[in-house]
Order: sequence, then C-alpha cells, then structure tokens
Amino acid sequence: MAYPADRRYSKDHEWIRLSEGVAEVGITDFAQQQLGDVVFVDLPAPGATVTAGTAFGTIESVKAVSELFAPMSGTILEVNTALKDHPEHVNSAPHDTWMVRVRVSDPAGAEGLLDAAQYEALLG
Amino acid sequence: MTDAVTALRTTPLHARHRASGARMTPFAGWDMPVEYSGITQEHMAVRTAAGVFDVSHMGQIEVAGKGALAAVQRISCNDASRLELGHAQYSGLLSPEGTFLDDLVVYRLGPSHFMLVVNAANVAADYAWIAEQAAAVGDVAVVDSSSRYALIAVQGPAALDTLQPLTGAHLSGVPYYGFTYGEVANARALISRTGYTGEDGFEVFVPPNTADKVWQALLQSGADQGVIACGLGARDTLRLEAGMRLHGQDIDATTTPLDAGLGWIVGWTKPSFIGAEALAAQKAAGTTRRLVGFELTDRGIARHGHAVVHNGAPVGLVTSGTQTPFLKKAVGMAYVPQQLSAAGTPLEIDIRGRITPGVVTPLPFYKRRAS
Repeated sequence: MAYPADRRYSKDHEWIRLSEGVAEVGITDFAQQQLGDVVFVDLPAPGATVTAGTAFGTIESVKAVSELFAPMSGTILEVNTALKDHPEHVNSAPHDTWMVRVRVSDPAGAEGLLDAAQYEALLG
Repeated sequence: MTDAVTALRTTPLHARHRASGARMTPFAGWDMPVEYSGITQEHMAVRTAAGVFDVSHMGQIEVAGKGALAAVQRISCNDASRLELGHAQYSGLLSPEGTFLDDLVVYRLGPSHFMLVVNAANVAADYAWIAEQAAAVGDVAVVDSSSRYALIAVQGPAALDTLQPLTGAHLSGVPYYGFTYGEVANARALISRTGYTGEDGFEVFVPPNTADKVWQALLQSGADQGVIACGLGARDTLRLEAGMRLHGQDIDATTTPLDAGLGWIVGWTKPSFIGAEALAAQKAAGTTRRLVGFELTDRGIARHGHAVVHNGAPVGLVTSGTQTPFLKKAVGMAYVPQQLSAAGTPLEIDIRGRITPGVVTPLPFYKRRAS
C-alpha cells in the first residue's frame, strides 16, 4: 500500500493530517499489519489534552494490546465513534480511518515528523 | 535478534509456513506461525468449516515395558487403568504438592505401551521427571520420541469430510478421544479424534518427512469447503472460547486440578499417584480459590495478569483473556476466591487502571452442537 503524501508520519507508526490547525490522527498500514485484527480502540474523551510522544489511547487486536502515541500536542476535538462498532476499519482502510481529531497547540511541530518518502524509508 | 531467531527450533512445516506468507512468532522455543490470513478469519473457519494447524512443536513421550501401566499410573493423575487400547485420556502431570507440572493427553498404544502428548515448553522437564519416576517403578523404558512425529490438526465441522478422502481408515467409527492407524496421503499415521478448539476434529501424527505432503493434501482436500491454514493465534482464541486450560497461564505449578475446576481428571479411586495425598487433603479441607470463566459487561478486553477486583480490593488474577471472534464477547478465565466463584457473581477487572465490570460465566463459553 502506498503511503499518502498529504500527511506526516511518526516513528511510532501513526499518521497525522493537518489542516488549518486541526489534525486527524490514525495508524499506518504497517502498524495495522503488525497488530493483526483490531477488535477494540480505547480513546480519550473530547476535551482531553494529548502530548506529543506520549500515549493517548490503546488499540487492541485479538492477540495483543498496543498504545497509541500522539504525534503532536493538542486538545481532542472529536473521536471517531464509528470505531466502537467497527474497529476492523483500522485494518481495512488504515489511511482513511482517523481515530481522533486534535486541535494542535503548535502547528510548526509537524516539521519534526516524517513525510511519506521518509516513512517508507524507515520501513525499509 | 538474529541470534535469537537462529536458536529457535523449527517444525518440518517451517519452510511451508514461510513460503505461504504466515506471520511467524517465537513460541516455547519454536519459530511458529501465529497467523496465516488473520486470527478472526481462521477462528471463524474452524467454527464454520475447518482449519489445519501445525502443532508439531508438541512433545511425545513414550512409556513402554512391563512396568508401563504402573509408571503412567504414578505420574499421571487420571486413571490409566480405565484407558482401553485405542483410546486417549486428558490428565495432569502433578508435583507431590498436587500442582500442575504440565497437562497432557495419555494414549494407550498397547497393553504396556503409552504415548504422552505434552506441551512444547515442558518436554525436557517432563521427560526428566517421568524418566526419574519410572525408574523408581522399574521394568519400563521412557523415550522422548518428539522428533519422530509431525503433528497436524484438522479441526472443525468439515474436518471429517476433509480428512476422510485421504485415508482408508474409517474415521466416523473413531469416537471422541479415540484413535486409529492408517495412511493419510500415503503417509503412515496415527489418527486421533482429539483437539484443542472445541470442535470435532482430528490430530494426525505422521513421520516428519511426510508432513508437507500431508499438510498440502489436507488444505487441497478441504479447499472447496473453506478449509484454511491456521496459526497459534486462532488456536489460543478457539481453546479459550471452548474453556480449555492452557498450561503456563490457567494452570501451572502453583495450581491444582481442584483449583482449576479439573477434579474430573483426578483418579480418586486408583491406588496412588504423585500428588494424591495433597489433593485428598485439599479436597477434605475445601478449595479457597477457583478458576472461573467470566465475561465483561462493559467495553474492554481483560488480559493475562490483570487483577480481579472486589469491593475495591484485588482478590484474584486473570489467567487468559481475549475478545473471542465467534461469540464476539470479551471473555477470560481468572482465579477468584471460592465465595465469588458461582456463575452470575459480579466481578471487576482492573484493565490498566480502568475498573471494568464483568460477571462469572459457566465454562465453556462455546459448546458445539451435538452432531
């Protein structure tokens, strides 16, 4: 699967798509492949603050639980409630399935993240 | 990383798993397939059609000679004298304290010849223990014959129709926990109607150099019915849904058959066995804790090691837990105090700090319909 060029990527395998100070955050195709069948996504409530590089939620596959790391700092505006009943969307369409929308506190922080080519290079 | 991978043992089907794109994982010292097409899909295939599993990592220990029955009676807690030729029996290998060194299936191959199928992680320790105990009985040979067998399981409602075309053995005549001999895809085989999934199915013991041929033949034979290759991930969710204990998690050297709700595998009436006195004492005194099934009633997934909480205090531990693909429920097994073990008792699980409500549920969670 190609990694879209319209967003940035973290070394923790999250993607973030920033538009006018608001970011959508999801996990990459590589991440969902590593996890296997996702059955549960635990996300913070709107209004919660998240800090770049720290865990803001958990994602569980049948076999394991992993933490979700915030690529950038900010405040949760919205969570993807569809994931409650359809966590499998993370597997079937990882790059079209955002988990949270975040009002980022410092949009310039995106510069520290990877672009698609750099992320693909990271995966090797 | 490279060194660790190099040190892992491999089954005769290892190259096939790699070539087929299975995701591999280290398990009990072996490099094993954890999933092929995905745990959910594999789990569902076993419940609705059938799945084929490589379980060649399991160990086989044979006990033979005039003293074989006496030796098996000593080391195995179930009553092997009630085991007829051609039948198998689930049992425990217990310490003198009555706790599980391992759980095992005992096959009676002949009047004085038994095969014990044990967990991969425990083969060396089990063999040493059994050989030592058998020597005390005398007139018996104990052999670790694990490398002589590849073990392939075909499990699910379509298992019989998948396996039957490959063998002249009359499979519908083999009862549950019975076995027969025959050829499977021209490989000489011991065909056992056993498994670890809660479904009808067979476990086929074949020479290692025939494993790939048998594996391919099974998948080809079942392809039209939706039979697929499965990994250890689905094996774990299937056995948990079926309420089957896993040694190292649900039972171990700190828990007895009575704690684990497995009193039925204890041969109470046989003369003696290792652990008998401890179990008799525990039975007389009553157990203080009990392995129970539970289901979460709120969102979340309990996992091995999470605390069971009652009135704000930790009272037990989750031993296994997952979101089961077929029932689509978060279930698990946990040790709880005896007074909290009745079905319907509310309990709570501490899932990484989130106190999640659940309820004690009878095992198994899933029981197949009688066919």
